[in-house]
Amino acid sequence: MTDQENITVQKLRENFPEEILDVGGRPNDVAVTVRRDRIPDICRFLRDDPDLSYKYFIDICGVDYMEMEKTPRFAVIYNLLSFEKGHRIRLKVLLEESDPAVDSVIEIWKGADWFEREAFDMFGIQFRNHPFLRRILTHHQFVGHPLRKDYEHGRRQLCTEVWDLEFD
Amino acid sequence: MENEAIKEPGEYTVLNFGPAQPIMHGALRLKLKLDGETIIGARMEIGYLHRCFEKMSEQQTWHGVIPFTDRLNYCSSLMNNLGYCNAVEEWMGIEVPPRAQALRVFFNEMHRIMDHCVCIGPGLVDLGALTNLWYLFTAREKMYELIERVCGSRLTTSFLRIGGLTRDVAPDFVRTAREMIDYSRPFIDDVRHLIEHNRIFIDRTRNIGNVSYEDAMAWGYTGPNARASGVKYDVRKARPYHGYQNYEFDIPLGTNGDSYDRYMVRFEEVIQSYRIMSQVLDNLPGGPIAADDPRVTLPPKNQTYNNIEALMNHFKLTFDGIQVPEGEWYSFTEAANGELGFFCVSDGGGRPYRIKVRPPCFAACQSIEKICVGYMVPDLTAIVGSMNIIAGELDR
Amino acid sequence: MVEKKKVAEHGLEGQVMTTRLGSFIDFLKGKGNELAGWARASSLWPYTFGTACCGIELMGYMASFTDAARFGAEVVRFSPRQADCMIVAGTITDKQAPILRKIYDQMLEPKYVISMGVCASSGGFYRAYHVVQGIDELIPVDVYVPGCPPNPEGLVYALMQLQKKIMSEKVDYNTRGRLMERLREVDEKEKDLGE
Repeated sequence: MTDQENITVQKLRENFPEEILDVGGRPNDVAVTVRRDRIPDICRFLRDDPDLSYKYFIDICGVDYMEMEKTPRFAVIYNLLSFEKGHRIRLKVLLEESDPAVDSVIEIWKGADWFEREAFDMFGIQFRNHPFLRRILTHHQFVGHPLRKDYEHGRRQLCTEVWDLEFD
Repeated sequence: MENEAIKEPGEYTVLNFGPAQPIMHGALRLKLKLDGETIIGARMEIGYLHRCFEKMSEQQTWHGVIPFTDRLNYCSSLMNNLGYCNAVEEWMGIEVPPRAQALRVFFNEMHRIMDHCVCIGPGLVDLGALTNLWYLFTAREKMYELIERVCGSRLTTSFLRIGGLTRDVAPDFVRTAREMIDYSRPFIDDVRHLIEHNRIFIDRTRNIGNVSYEDAMAWGYTGPNARASGVKYDVRKARPYHGYQNYEFDIPLGTNGDSYDRYMVRFEEVIQSYRIMSQVLDNLPGGPIAADDPRVTLPPKNQTYNNIEALMNHFKLTFDGIQVPEGEWYSFTEAANGELGFFCVSDGGGRPYRIKVRPPCFAACQSIEKICVGYMVPDLTAIVGSMNIIAGELDR
Repeated sequence: MVEKKKVAEHGLEGQVMTTRLGSFIDFLKGKGNELAGWARASSLWPYTFGTACCGIELMGYMASFTDAARFGAEVVRFSPRQADCMIVAGTITDKQAPILRKIYDQMLEPKYVISMGVCASSGGFYRAYHVVQGIDELIPVDVYVPGCPPNPEGLVYALMQLQKKIMSEKVDYNTRGRLMERLREVDEKEKDLGE
């Protein structure tokens, strides 16, 4: 696969040349590794550019590379679909263990809301400017981030009361 | 929708639509701010069925994850099996033989019908129409019989393996399958005729929970929820897998994106699924049911007992599990609720390093907090029922 | 009423029923137990705490193919105050645990619990950080139904076992006595606080 075949990678290289760190994946499953600083700009460009038009939000997830002994330790993967043009792209942002934070893209796609909350819950990745970044799957008295590799799979934490949900 | 009746802030009632509620769609909690009976604010809490699928999958072999995937969307468990097996097969480049593909498509569509029965039945019970539940569940019972003949289990099948099926179907499969289709179809048609032009059903679901075309994409809706809003996206047509390009079927679309459309799109999809199933039965090929690939399939028993290479292969596969090459990939199929995606990371070993499930109803559920503002509490049951929230998939 | 001595003299022991008032009352109580047991067992109103896959089989058990109504157990009440049998169908997670306990406490005596499926009985195959390893960590269980999920027929068998258990239970006739005692304790506590 060359960049000539993939228009998304071409356009990203034209507009954000210093942000792209790596391009990989298979021909129909392209993954672009980018720096975390300008993620909102990159995402906005992907959504608004008329040739790309990535309006369909698919997924955000986190990965912990501790057991594979790769640094940086964390990664956030953004999965996007352009329904009108038929493109798919996977953006990957690598985050250091000391500062796992990235800007939220909730302003760009409404659907990023709960996916970012889940990445926070499972890995402890902070999404700056998210309006309600609280635990979503584990209970509110849970301490720790369970999908990290240093959390044992059987270690339970008891929940003694029901969470008094706040509206804001 | 701004509500003008509130004169002073703070004058509202808080209703906890708690995790133990009469909605028959699993455990989820909505805290509602009400002015009279109109909802002016909502906050949803999920996670009451978080069974740690992703962490458990890291402790199993690649095949050992299959029973866990069953329990994701438990109403249509084979579709999750298919999504997962398809993901691993795509990465490893395994060619599934045509007979296995055809049977997988058949059961996939059968499970799609079963899932829509479970969405529509309890959804209508929440609206007060109890009869439909009995009809639809009787249709499901016949399908249970068929799947029980094949794999021994009614609900959670674990029937697929990476590379094909567990075992072949009985010789009289085509006949029993046709009987099942003939028996179950009238029940679903009856339910449809009961409610399609029913004044009460229309009043309770028309223009309730409208989601526009752009919003559906921005929220990440896929499947019948998106198609009801006019988004003509179906993975079976956009990126066909397992021979879907060989079958003729249409994609039903809605116009308003309201609850009525979401229910009706599901009825239409049931009809299309029956069409696909008939086509599969008419053209069911013969042949093996598992790929002839030593990386994933156990060798035939007589070879294992007579041939040292086959014995070693069998030993390695049983003890170490299949070895998936290193890398990251994302693979998706069309489950009953929408695009079921599996993002997998492999470190080259016999255990998955990370499996992330992209649940189709997670994206739909996050929008309920915002959509239900301005409607009344009974409308909320119509909205939640029409979105088909399955807690197993939502919370994993 | 015939005295025991006279019966022995006439050699009629074993052929004549000797009664005294106490044993007659016991006989009536036994019949009362049977009546109460029969009444309770034949009209168990379930509170379905269905969370996961077993919830679908629970719906199948209530449906027309495997009819739960023939046992009197069809009237599903979504309020714990109106139900006497709680069927916990599905995995209970740590988040759900306080709610399960609260709902169980809200039910009125006599109450019974059927734990349906392996996830409710013992955590199933989820040895994980968020799953309760069996609801008997939280509430007392009467019948455990194994299966993942159990067949509706399995649940019918569980219901029949529960019915057998209920019919052999002794009714507590001294409820008024226990209530008076508890009220007395409360009064004494109030007096202590007042002083």
